[in-house]
Amino acid sequence: MASSGAKKVRSKEKPGKSPAVLPTLTPSERVDLLRKMVLIRRFEQKAAQAFMQAKIKGFCHLYIGQEALAVGSISTLNSSDAVITAYRDHGHALARGMTPRECMAELFGKITGCSRGKGGSMHFFNREKHFHGGHGIVGGQTPLAAGIAFAQKYNGTGEVTVCYLGDGAVNQGAFHESLNLAALWKLPVIYVIENNEYAMGTHQSRSSAGYPLVKRADGYDMAGITANGNDVDDVREKMWDAVQLARTESLPSLVEVKTYRYRGHSMSDPGNYRTKEEIAERKKESEPISLFKERLFKEKALTEKQYEEIERVAVEEAEDSIAFAESSPEPEVATVFEDIFAPEDQIAEFRPPIGS
Amino acid sequence: MAVLTMREALNQALSEEMERDEKVILLGEEVAEYQGAYKVSSGLLQKFGAKRVWDTPISESGFAGLGVGAAMQGLRPVVEFMTWSFSMVAYDQIVNNAGAIRYMSGGQYSIPIVFRGSSGAGLQVGATHSHTPENWYANVPALTVITPAFPDDAKGLLKSAIRSNNPVCFIENEKLYGFKDEVPEGDILTTIGKARIRREGSQVTLIANSASTHVALASALQLEADGISAEVLDLRTIKPLDLPAILGSVAKTNRVVIVEENKPFAGWGAQVAYEIQNRSFDELDAPIERVTGLDVPQPYSRVLEQAVMPSAERVTEAAKKTLA
Repeated sequence: MASSGAKKVRSKEKPGKSPAVLPTLTPSERVDLLRKMVLIRRFEQKAAQAFMQAKIKGFCHLYIGQEALAVGSISTLNSSDAVITAYRDHGHALARGMTPRECMAELFGKITGCSRGKGGSMHFFNREKHFHGGHGIVGGQTPLAAGIAFAQKYNGTGEVTVCYLGDGAVNQGAFHESLNLAALWKLPVIYVIENNEYAMGTHQSRSSAGYPLVKRADGYDMAGITANGNDVDDVREKMWDAVQLARTESLPSLVEVKTYRYRGHSMSDPGNYRTKEEIAERKKESEPISLFKERLFKEKALTEKQYEEIERVAVEEAEDSIAFAESSPEPEVATVFEDIFAPEDQIAEFRPPIGS
Repeated sequence: MAVLTMREALNQALSEEMERDEKVILLGEEVAEYQGAYKVSSGLLQKFGAKRVWDTPISESGFAGLGVGAAMQGLRPVVEFMTWSFSMVAYDQIVNNAGAIRYMSGGQYSIPIVFRGSSGAGLQVGATHSHTPENWYANVPALTVITPAFPDDAKGLLKSAIRSNNPVCFIENEKLYGFKDEVPEGDILTTIGKARIRREGSQVTLIANSASTHVALASALQLEADGISAEVLDLRTIKPLDLPAILGSVAKTNRVVIVEENKPFAGWGAQVAYEIQNRSFDELDAPIERVTGLDVPQPYSRVLEQAVMPSAERVTEAAKKTLA
């Protein structure tokens, strides 16, 4: 893994020769992407309702409006590649193939949740599916991603890591330290900035110097790529370049994807930092599900009737996840003392029984 | 038995564990080509190569977090902080990631990582470089905190720490790197969480860790000259605390002085004092005394710094107070 003559890829250009081309999806595979996007939308709407009914507590950050980003980017990965993100994690989890049931149950704090009710909205995990969180501290997941990629390279598995972060995270030190390490050690990691323009309630023009944000790749001699997050096809195409660069040349990239969230930062956001007109305008011009749906209609990959069926099934799945979460048992209080320490197997157990 | 310095004993532990398990890697500032700022990693780059021993940029948050991510993915990183004083810029990674990911994920991950490096005051490096943060990290539920005082324990405990499937803060003390003592040959695996009586005594127990153990031992000699028999209990591990050993010694001597280099407010000694009064109130013949670093930022001047550090004289005075 020692460094050798670096292939320099500047952010001003796309990473030149991608050794493999983006596979063309069959019409039914394209419809599957739409299906996932619709499922995320309906899941989030049900979560919002449950939050308003006080069935979900704590913080709840919704992904509505950003669906094409998670679905498009994750669709370019192999199932053994790693995905890690920040606290707005429901969309990525569902795009990764986690079930609405395990996700909704986690929001309800139930033992059947993906983190046994210990993580909540911001801390979804499913190790089997290589979904490594769900991280609550802005930028805190970015060094972890470098480490997961480090281990992938160390073990020579050919896997890659995708790490999502928001536009607010680009000013955290940990993010810059991660970019430096990833570039210096040539780690197979793709950092994806989901630029939804607002770091909580602070517009990017009031939080970041230096545009576009992807320019931050330049300082580390990393590939910098931009994509339109409202267009699932564009996200796929641009991510594919980054994924190939990581997989075949073990080089990191920074991908800035322009997106927009239609809901507040979290459910408790009064939304007084932007106008309703701004949100309506954005929906009108670039709503990702409508955009892709219309494209599939034109391609004759989808009919109105089939779309209605997709909607019906998504709503049903979201409702089923609510029913599952509601009917799931609360964690036994005794589980509060579980999952703190991994069992020891190379040395004798040395901890006194917890609570003694 | 070989006589080794603390740094040689630590080096042996690292070398033996890296030899044994190729998942063990070493990351840190100057650990490779420079051979370690305190020479603890001397020769490891030559022995194990650049794939196993990594010089990092001065980027503690980045490389500590990278270590945690690598541990989540099955490696067993040893992350060296040149000093634990620099771990503060990596605090989020240690506390929220190493310390919480297993729990937050409902037990899906093991985080077999060792954070280690030098610590401590007394060498005139001022407030930023003189911390003994064992009490800060002991406050994090999932972290194990080890603070060896002797070369044999340093070796045996570091080997155990590397083999633990859980995150360990292994806090060495800079003042002890050159301290020499006998170290058993070969594969010693000292049990984590067990205190060790370093000197038997009957009238007062001096409870200490790391460099403070040596302060306590010096005090015990002074007390002996005055006809007082002091027992010195070296905790070795701050978390988990060895309560049976602590309470056993209290039952024998009925008097306690706690000696710790960290600052007094919520220092580990406060926890030990609480446990003793709560569990062995009737055994105590005098209030528990604590000798800690004074509650001021660490000064540079030798005269001022020596006044701030726990000293044998202060310990002796405190011990006599329990016997008055």
